[in-house]
Amino acid sequence: MVLVLALGDLHIPHRAADLPPKFKSMLVPGKIQHIICTGNLCIKEVNDYMKSLCPDMHVTRGEYDEDPRYPETKTLTIGQFKVGICHGHQVIPWGDLDSLAMLQRQLDVDILVTGHTHQFKAYKHEGGVVINPGSATGAYSSLTYDVNPSFVLMDIDGLRVVVYVYELIDGEVKVDKIDFKKTATTHSMH
Amino acid sequence: MPDFEDEEKWLAEGIAGIQQNAFYMHRALDSNNLREALKYSALMLSELRTSRLSPHKYYELYMRAFDELRKLEMFFKDESKHGCSVVDLYELVQHAGNILPRLYLLCTVGSVYIKSKEAPAKDVLKDLVEMCRGVQHPTRGLFLRSYLAQISRDKLPDIGSEYEGGEDTVMDAVEFVLQNFTEMNKLWVRIQQQGPVRDREKREKERKALRDLVGKNLHVLSQIEGVDLEMYKDTVLPRVLEQVVNCKDELAQYYLMDCIIQVFPDEYHLQTLEPLLAAFPQLQPTVDIKTVLSQLMDRLSNYAASSTDVFPEFLQVEAFAKLSGAIGKVIEAQVDMPIVGAITLYVSLLTFTLRVHPERLDYVDQVLGACVKKLSGKVKLEDSRATKQVVALLSAPLDKYKDAVTALTLSNYPRVMDHLDMETNIAMAMVIIQSILNNNTCISTADKVETLFELIKGLIKDLEGTSNDEIDEEDFKEEQNSVARLIHMLHNDDPEEMLKIINTVRMHILTGGPRRLPFTIPALVFSALKLVRQLQSQDGDVIGEEVPATPKKIFQLLNQTIEALSSVSSPELALRLYLQCAEAANDCDLEPVAYEFFTQAFILYEEEVSDSKAQFTAIHMIIGTLQRMNVFGVENRDTLTHKATGYSAKLLKKPDQCRAVYACSHLFWVDDQDGIKDGERVLLCLKRSLRIANAAQQMANATRGSSGPVTLFVEILNKYLYFFEKGNPQITTAAIQSLVELIKTEMQSDTTTLDPASDAFFTSTLRYIQFQKQKGGAIGEKYEPIKVMFTQKKQS
Repeated sequence: MVLVLALGDLHIPHRAADLPPKFKSMLVPGKIQHIICTGNLCIKEVNDYMKSLCPDMHVTRGEYDEDPRYPETKTLTIGQFKVGICHGHQVIPWGDLDSLAMLQRQLDVDILVTGHTHQFKAYKHEGGVVINPGSATGAYSSLTYDVNPSFVLMDIDGLRVVVYVYELIDGEVKVDKIDFKKTATTHSMH
Repeated sequence: MPDFEDEEKWLAEGIAGIQQNAFYMHRALDSNNLREALKYSALMLSELRTSRLSPHKYYELYMRAFDELRKLEMFFKDESKHGCSVVDLYELVQHAGNILPRLYLLCTVGSVYIKSKEAPAKDVLKDLVEMCRGVQHPTRGLFLRSYLAQISRDKLPDIGSEYEGGEDTVMDAVEFVLQNFTEMNKLWVRIQQQGPVRDREKREKERKALRDLVGKNLHVLSQIEGVDLEMYKDTVLPRVLEQVVNCKDELAQYYLMDCIIQVFPDEYHLQTLEPLLAAFPQLQPTVDIKTVLSQLMDRLSNYAASSTDVFPEFLQVEAFAKLSGAIGKVIEAQVDMPIVGAITLYVSLLTFTLRVHPERLDYVDQVLGACVKKLSGKVKLEDSRATKQVVALLSAPLDKYKDAVTALTLSNYPRVMDHLDMETNIAMAMVIIQSILNNNTCISTADKVETLFELIKGLIKDLEGTSNDEIDEEDFKEEQNSVARLIHMLHNDDPEEMLKIINTVRMHILTGGPRRLPFTIPALVFSALKLVRQLQSQDGDVIGEEVPATPKKIFQLLNQTIEALSSVSSPELALRLYLQCAEAANDCDLEPVAYEFFTQAFILYEEEVSDSKAQFTAIHMIIGTLQRMNVFGVENRDTLTHKATGYSAKLLKKPDQCRAVYACSHLFWVDDQDGIKDGERVLLCLKRSLRIANAAQQMANATRGSSGPVTLFVEILNKYLYFFEKGNPQITTAAIQSLVELIKTEMQSDTTTLDPASDAFFTSTLRYIQFQKQKGGAIGEKYEPIKVMFTQKKQS
C-alpha cells in the first residue's frame, strides 16, 4: 500500500497567504510516500514545506513557478500504475476533457494528474483515471468561481487505487472517495 | 597576602589544634569532669581566633568546632553529669580567658539555658546578642553570630512556640533576629574593607560565598509565625530596608533586596509596595536593580495569575502606577544605567501589565511611551542587547493578544520601532507579519492598513541608510514574499472599504522600487480581481448614484498597477497578469477593457519577451485565454486571433511552432452553444501545423542524417480526431486515414529515430480509434470507415 499526495495550484503568495490551517494539521511528515504536485507552488518556501512532508516529490511547472527546473510533464510508476503529471496550462482548451485524454495517450499513463482549473475532478476515462486535485489553497481562478481548497490522496495497492478527495467547505473538511481497479486488458495490445 | 600553600598549612594547624583539644575535651566529658571540659573546649575554640585564614578556609575550621560544640551542649544539658545548675553554668563559662571562646561557650550554654526555661528566652537571647558585640573582627564576628543564629533558631519566643512567654514576646523574637541580622550584615560588609585593595575582587568573591549566613536571618524572620502583615509592614521591612540602604554596599544591597523578595510572601510585597519600591532609588548606582525589580514583577504577576481573588488587591494598591513610578525614579536615579537595563525594566513592567491588566491597553501604551522617552535623544539603538530587549518589548503585546490589530492601536508602538536599527526594524516588521499570518488576523479597514504599512515600512521601501550591497538575496525574497502573503490578510467584505484598502496598499507598494514590485504587485492584482468578482456577482448597479467601487474603476487601477510592473523588467509576469485581467473584464462584459488588456499583453510579447522558451509558454497563455473570451465582436476577435496565429508561426523552434499553431485551431472552434465554429480555419491551422511538422522532419534529416521522432504527427492526428468527433465537417475520414498511413510510413522509414514514447503514443491513439469504432452507436458509425491495422513495430 502506497500513499500518494496530489496537489497543486497553491499560488502562494500571489493569490493566497498560506494553506488552510486545517489542511496543514492533516498533512504531517512520515505518512506519505510520494508527493505529486502539478505546479504553481510558486516559491521555494512552499517547495521546501512540501519536501518536509515527504522528500520524494514530483513537480511539474505551472505558469507562475519561479523555479525553471520543473519539467513541463513527468511520468513515474507507482505500484502497477503509470502516473503522468502536467500542470495543464499547455493543454488548450483549458480543462477540456478530450484534450486531456489526448495528453493521457501521449504520456501513455494509467493515471493523469493535472491542475490549472482549480476545480477538483476525478473520473475514469478510457480505462484510466484523470485527476485534478484542484487548488490546495482555494486560490482565485479565472476559470472557476468559488474555489474550495482541495487536495487528493491516492492509496495505491497493487492493481487498485482509491482516490480520496479532501475539500474544505465552509470551514469543514469533506472527504470523498472513488475506487478504481486497473483491468488486465488495458494494456493487452502492448 | 598569604599564598595558597601557607593558608593550607595554617588551616591544617588549626584543625590539628581543634582535634587535639577536642580529644582531651572528650575525655573530660566521658569522665564527667566539668572543669577539664571547659578548659579544653576553650582551648579548642581558641583556634577560631586566627586572623590568617580567608573566610572560605575559616568556614572549614568553624565547622569542625561546631560539631564538637554539639557534643559539649549535650553534656551541658545533663546536669547529673556535671552537677552544676544551668544558671551557675551560665556564670561559670564567662570566666574563660579569651572573649571569642567565652562567647561561643556562652551561646552554647545559653541554648541549654533557654531550653531549661529557667529564664525567659527573650532575656537570654537579648543578653547573648548584646554580648556578641564584643567581637568586631568581621570574619570572626560573622561566624560567631552565625553560631548564635544557628542555636537560637528553634528557641525563639514565637507565637505558639514553647518559649513564648507573656505578651509581645514575638516582638522580642523579631527584635533579636533583626539585631543579629543588622550586626551580621555590618560585619559582612566590613570584610570588604579588610586587607589590601588589590585583592578586592577575590574578597568580593569570598564574601559572596558567605552571603547566605546573612540571608539566613531574613529566612528566619519569614518563618516566624508572629510576623503578620502588620508587623512586617511596621517593623520588619522598615528595619531591614534601613540596614540595606545604609550599608551602601553593592553586593549586600543586591543580595538582600533579592532575598527580601524571595523569602517573604507575595501578598506582603503587594501591600508594602510603596516602602519596598522607595528603597530602590536609594541603592548604590551600580546595583543591578533591573534584575531584582524584574523578579519582583515576575512574582507579582504570578501571584495575580494564581487566583482571581487577589486581583482586587492589585487595583486597590495601584500596583501598576507604583511599579511604573518606581521604575521611572530608578532610571532617573541611576544615571549611568545602560540603556539595556532601562529597557529590560520596561519589558518586565510590560510583562506584568499584560498578565495582570491585559484589558488596559492604555497601560501598555504608557509603558511603550516611557520607553520612547528613554530612547529619545538617541537616533538609533546600537547596543545589540538593548535591541533585543526592544524586540522583546514589541513582541510581547503581539504574543499576548495574538492579534496585531491591537498593537496597531498603540500610539507609541511605531515610535518605539523607529528607534531600531534598519536590520532589527525589518526583523520586527517580519515578526508583526508572522503574527498576523499565524493567527489568521484579518485587517479590515484602510486606516488600520495604513498604520500597519507605516509600521512595516522597512520592508516596503528603501529607507534612508539602506545599502543594497548588504542585502541577503534569500532573506530579501522571504521578506517580500511575506509582504505578498500579508496582502491577502487585508480584507473587508464591504466593496467600498475593500477598494480603499486596495488603494492604500497600492500607494505603499508602488514606492517599493523595481526589486520589490515583482513580489508585491501580483498579490495586489489578485486581491483586486477578487473584488471585481465580488462586484460582478452583485447585480443591479445603483444607477444615478456615484458608486465608488465599480469593476471599471478597478480595472483602470489594475492597468496602471501592472504597467508599473512591466516597466521594471518582469514582462512575463506582467503579461500573465494582463491576461488574468482580460479574462476578468470578459466576465464583466467590458469588451474595450478586455481588448486593452490583450493589447498590453501582445505589446509585452512583442517587445519584451525574447527567450524562446518563455515565448512558447507566453503564446500558450495567450491562446488559452483568448480561446475562452466571448466578449469580443468579430472585428476585435479577428485582430487578436490573427496576431496569435501569426506569432505562433514565428516561434523559433519548429516543434514549438507546430504545437502553437495546432493549439490556435481551438481559437476557431469553441465547443459550446454560442461558440464560434469555423471548420475551415480549423483545418487551415491543422494543415499548417502538418506542413511545419514535415519541415521539422526534413530539417532533422538534413542536419542529423535522421529524421526526428514522429510525435508531432501523432499529436496532429489526435487534433484531427478531436475536431472529427466535434463534428467539424472539414475533417474527413480520408484525411485521418492518410495521416495514419503517413505516420506508419514515417515509423517504418529507415531514417526515423527510434522513439519508444512516440511509438506508445501512436499505439494508444490507434487503440483509442479502435475503442471508438467498437463503441457502436453514432460514434462507432462515424469511425467505421477508418481502418486501423496494427503493424509490427520496426525492428532494428
